[in-house]
Amino acid sequence: MSDVHAGPAGLAHQFEDLEQQHETDTLGIWVFLVTEIMFFGGLFTAYAIYRWFYLPSFEAGSRILNITLGATNTAVLIGSSLTMALSVRSAQLGKRKALIVFLILTMILGGVFLGIKGVEYHDKFVEHIVPGIDFAPQGEVLQHLAPGGLNHAQMYFFFYFAMTGLHALHMIVGMGLLLVLVLRARRGDFSPHYFAPVEVTGLYWHFVDIVWIFLFPLLYLIGGRY
Amino acid sequence: MSSATLEPRTDARVNYLNADYGWKSWLFTIDHKRIALLYLASITFYFFIGGAFAVLMRIHLIDPQGALVQPETYNKLFTMHGIIMIFFFLIPSIPAVLGNFLVPMMIGARDLAFPRLNLLSWYIYMIGGAFTLYSLIHGGVDTGWTFYAPYSDTYSNTNVVPVALGVFITGFSSILTGLNFIVTIHKMRAPGMTWFRMPLFLWSLYATSVIMVLGTPVLAITIFLLGLERIFHVGIFSPALGGDPLLFQHLFWFYSHPAVYIMILPAMGVISEVIACFSRKRIFGYKIVGFSSVAIAVLSFLVWGHHMFVTGQSVYAGLIFSVLSFLVAIPSAIKVFNWTATLYKGSISYDAPMLYALGFIGLFTMGGLTGLFLASLATDVHLNGTYFIVAHFHYIMVGGAVMGYLGGIHFWWPKITGRMYPDGWARLAAAIIFIGFNLTFFPQFMLGYLGMPRRYAFYPAEFQVLNVMSSAGASILGIGYLIPLIYLIWSMRYGPVAGPNPWGAKGLEWQTPSPPPTENFDEIPIVTEEAYAYAKEEPSGV
Repeated sequence: MSDVHAGPAGLAHQFEDLEQQHETDTLGIWVFLVTEIMFFGGLFTAYAIYRWFYLPSFEAGSRILNITLGATNTAVLIGSSLTMALSVRSAQLGKRKALIVFLILTMILGGVFLGIKGVEYHDKFVEHIVPGIDFAPQGEVLQHLAPGGLNHAQMYFFFYFAMTGLHALHMIVGMGLLLVLVLRARRGDFSPHYFAPVEVTGLYWHFVDIVWIFLFPLLYLIGGRY
Repeated sequence: MSSATLEPRTDARVNYLNADYGWKSWLFTIDHKRIALLYLASITFYFFIGGAFAVLMRIHLIDPQGALVQPETYNKLFTMHGIIMIFFFLIPSIPAVLGNFLVPMMIGARDLAFPRLNLLSWYIYMIGGAFTLYSLIHGGVDTGWTFYAPYSDTYSNTNVVPVALGVFITGFSSILTGLNFIVTIHKMRAPGMTWFRMPLFLWSLYATSVIMVLGTPVLAITIFLLGLERIFHVGIFSPALGGDPLLFQHLFWFYSHPAVYIMILPAMGVISEVIACFSRKRIFGYKIVGFSSVAIAVLSFLVWGHHMFVTGQSVYAGLIFSVLSFLVAIPSAIKVFNWTATLYKGSISYDAPMLYALGFIGLFTMGGLTGLFLASLATDVHLNGTYFIVAHFHYIMVGGAVMGYLGGIHFWWPKITGRMYPDGWARLAAAIIFIGFNLTFFPQFMLGYLGMPRRYAFYPAEFQVLNVMSSAGASILGIGYLIPLIYLIWSMRYGPVAGPNPWGAKGLEWQTPSPPPTENFDEIPIVTEEAYAYAKEEPSGV
């Protein structure tokens, strides 16, 4: 049905021209990001309220997290935003090779982030501080968490897993989108006139990064460690 | 409105219905009009399931001791009635059916901005519905449609997780539809279709979409947390584990109060179209009616606390929520007064859509005014949790939203199918629905005021007369809903051919053939007039 109106490559049937299509695509992703803000917003609200209720437990929980890995991941993710921005730039300039290289670099950095996150999750399993599944901390960890009450410490780790887990899920979706972009770029779909999918995916990727920029201080830094 | 002159069309013309045949042409369609029909069939299915639960409840309540089912079953009946009617009928009703069909046509576009996303919305809706049906078959849920914690996350022994998952998934269908409408209305308008030339239906759908996009994600994350808590037994909302049940209510109503406006705003848009057409007048105070939709959308996010006056929320928060709730009455009243002013000295004809519109104005006014009782702190303490609440929100949602939906279906049916329905039956059904509705729900105001609590399977014997009246009304209402189902299906095959504009209505959608071609317009129209230029029309031109 999309070939009723013959138009330039990439133009869908409902649009008059590529400019209208490009504006529409970008507005669409911005509205989508607003819904994402509201989605994460509910979780951040709940986190803020319980942090206020049970500050000692939340601070104790925060101090158990591995700040080195968290900081490394922050750097990795900011780096991936840079390579993502460079991919959009390459697409705008019509540099296909550079576009593919930067997209793959972004994917690699995303993969590194998820790998490090996996190591952190693994540590939590080893320490028996996975809420709901295996929450029975022992030894030093127990001594550290016990004063605030284990239930409340478990809530902290529930938020840790829920927030970073949802964030990681968004990263995985983003990497899937990047893979599609790489394949399409190899096929030569994009040109300086038509690169909206790259830009739209880029906006999504930056958004996911920004979520982490908030998660990192909330979960790792403001725990009374410094 | 368009510059193109219309030539007479023959019925044999290719349109969106006969362009292609076979189940694939429907299930893989990206045509907004076909997707609208997919929604129409699905929500009608859910409407009659939800209606069946209501019938069972009303039969049960004929007797003070309960005539039909066990109390546990009764709890499931009102829960499933609420969940199905709200999430699977009312919220998608006007936006996903009439909105899908009309938004591109009214602004002069070939399709929505994201046609594939639109089809995806329908599939998401169906998947969410499947989870809900699954839980229904496996014994249902008894938490009430509000899923209040800690009952839902700790104590209920019913299928909370599948239903919660169903509601969670369906929410994304609503989000994506809202997103599609917002972007379409911003970017796809035909040349000359300025914001203040748009039909008011689009203003109301735009406001609705804003609520869908901002509110629904919050419900999604709330339900998500509730599900995690139920599965993993960690404290989020359950006080036994350190959680706060009030937080659940805050998050839930942050979406679910605006959701009331998701249901009523589109109906208000339909009423504006119908009133203008059948009074042959431009709507009185076009801009203020349009802006009142936006005002309702904004205020809708600031009033959720009025559901929590008696739950332990601070008194000062209660005061502020009370005042803000009263403010919603202003844009709502503006609409009612402006519709009435539109009728004044109009050339009114009483076709079926107009009967629904007039019914809407009366019933919505009743529902709105009784809302003020509930927005006042003191009277709410008495009325909260009684049948007064039940009557109030049914006046808004059934007397308002369903009347608006049926009015809209009758108004645009000739455009959607190209056929007319039997006028006499349609007017009769509208009258039956109006009478049955009032007989069902007016006694419930009295029951509630006398103190009968909602959600109980038994009641004291002195309430029996009013309950029997209500049940009798429900049976009349049920018949009223079955009649349109029959004659509308009948009309698709046997109804007289309607022609492009049977009502002599304004608006771009009436300037293409009925049913419209797949691409809506042969040429994208150029708009040179305001939305309701009825005054300029010579009577002979109709």
